Amino acid sequence: MNTLLSSKKPILKVSNLKQYFIVKREALFQPKQVVKAVDGISFDLYPGETLSIVGESGCGKSTTGRSILHLDEPTEGEILYKDVSLTEMSKKELRNIRGDIQVIFQDPFASLNPRRTIRQMLDEAMAIQKVLPPKQREARMLELMQNVGLRPEYLERYPHEFSGGQRQRIGIARALAVNPKVIICDEAVSALDVSIQAQILNLLKRLQNDFDLTFLFISHDLSIVKHISDRVMVMYLGKIVEISDKASLFKNPLHPYTKALLSAIPVIDQTIKRERILLKGDVPSPLNPPTGCRFHTRCPFATDLCRDEEPLLRELESGHLVACHFAEKLSAI
Amino acid sequence: MKEDILLEVKNLKTHFITSKGTAKAVDGLDFVLKKGETLGIVGESGCGKSITSLSILRLIPSPPGKIVDGQILLHGKDLVEMSDQEIRKIRGNQISMIFQEPMTSLNPVIPVGEQIAEALRLHQKLSRKQAWEKAVEMIRLVGIPAPEKRAKQEPYQLSGGMRQRVMIAMALACTPEVLIADEPTTALDVTIQAQILELMKDLQRKIGMGIIFITHDLGVVAEMCDKVAVMYAGQIVEYQTTANLFKTPLHPYTQGLIGSLPKLYEDQEELQIIEGTVPSPYDYPTGCRFADRCPFVQDLCRNQQPEIIHVEDSQQVRCWKYTDQWKEELVKEEVIL
Repeated sequence: MNTLLSSKKPILKVSNLKQYFIVKREALFQPKQVVKAVDGISFDLYPGETLSIVGESGCGKSTTGRSILHLDEPTEGEILYKDVSLTEMSKKELRNIRGDIQVIFQDPFASLNPRRTIRQMLDEAMAIQKVLPPKQREARMLELMQNVGLRPEYLERYPHEFSGGQRQRIGIARALAVNPKVIICDEAVSALDVSIQAQILNLLKRLQNDFDLTFLFISHDLSIVKHISDRVMVMYLGKIVEISDKASLFKNPLHPYTKALLSAIPVIDQTIKRERILLKGDVPSPLNPPTGCRFHTRCPFATDLCRDEEPLLRELESGHLVACHFAEKLSAI
Repeated sequence: MKEDILLEVKNLKTHFITSKGTAKAVDGLDFVLKKGETLGIVGESGCGKSITSLSILRLIPSPPGKIVDGQILLHGKDLVEMSDQEIRKIRGNQISMIFQEPMTSLNPVIPVGEQIAEALRLHQKLSRKQAWEKAVEMIRLVGIPAPEKRAKQEPYQLSGGMRQRVMIAMALACTPEVLIADEPTTALDVTIQAQILELMKDLQRKIGMGIIFITHDLGVVAEMCDKVAVMYAGQIVEYQTTANLFKTPLHPYTQGLIGSLPKLYEDQEELQIIEGTVPSPYDYPTGCRFADRCPFVQDLCRNQQPEIIHVEDSQQVRCWKYTDQWKEELVKEEVIL
């Protein structure tokens, strides 16, 4: 996989992306406070792969997705799509690019217009992106419905007439309508029951094969990430702590946070022996992140060095990057 | 063994009568909770697991909801028959509950210590001062640092994990015999979930209460529960010990549920799926409620509803596959062929 990746050119290149938000001050004359939701992350997305971003609430995984879509203007950094910088584009150019980069959100009901039929929604998407002339859209719509496993007569229905799983299929159909290259799935299956979740995950995998799609898959659920990804990126408080191909990450996690995260997932098979790292305390506030390594307040292995100096993301094994001062020592444990 | 039984639910039926018809949210439930035991109730959205817990505490909004049949026996006394006044003495005292979203179940403008103390004053007739001291003690017990300071704070000043700890402290303040936990960790991050689950296990060892643990997460069930009841469309379809359930799931629905879960320690190309969707509670099919989605379905399943039967001593399942009629059905089919 690694040799395969390095020979390819990234379809999306994110470098030193920062996304800060100014929050309301608590009292007059207090300095304005800044939430560093994403604080200098760099990664590549290669054509045809699924890269997952995992992490707990507030780690910046959704913000990263939104920045790439330019739903929020990045504070700093550069996003290159096929070697063209998204940050320097005009609104019009950006609109064209948006056809190439689509998104599927967690709550399909909130992201579908309740007063439009599925037909109107798909038609509008194709009209805006000028995908097909009006006459050919009918056939394309029927094809899309079949692609996502919905009956053609559903085209005339409104979102409220569907179940959660069906709505997510509609969300996927709408994303596919404009022939995207990259789809950002932001917690796309998190709101669904397990049996429905499995249906949607299988659908996403199939569509990726059929249409050569590239997925940026944002999720908090490591079991799902393990199932769907080629590579995984772990975030903590706005930073990448580890990024690696899937097999290496799950077999040999290098960052103590990744280890703790993996060990915290409840599994069905209680006969599997695993050491549980129980983290103390909560995730610190991104308003006032800890100095040095941001994980040091909860890390069982933290030293003075971790408190003072921020570890850089470095390649420890081929294709496996980690941001921890003691990754070599810890991998031996 | 009989005296160990804390709570016994017999043929519980909770229906909702609305303009659309009658929704049979819980439709004939039987289970037993023993002292110190954790019983898991699992199922997908709409299977009736939360309505079960609300029924036990008699918190069903009425109208439209109503317990139309059955008994809920706490030490042999029927909660269904009790007056509002009597049930109020039991709620938060002998039976207490933790909900999924602590922010909506805590009063946002009252210090958390005060909220815990209130239950103690009400049920245990403690003085203001004693109740406050006990409240601080409870906050310490659930592992919140600086309990004296935290007790005086309001819910918005606490993190999600801490709020759930406060909920647990409040639920356990009167040392209840039964704790109902309805998706207590679903809204929390995994590392915080791990902390809360450890805490609950630890407190159960100390206090010895029986826990009814309601969740959709099979991994959490495996970690927490001694026995499991799997619910589907208002009924229990399978009831056995946790270890057995994951080793030999009997009901096709349970098998499907376990199969459709992405596994952390196995590689799968494609996930198993359960075709179709859950039937509407307004209009259940006449036969087995899972029949339309079941890969083993026979005519028998569509025509007649299966009863829950004992397969082995501790294994119960609601499925025709494990009955004598099933064998006859298969023989009939072979004759026709």
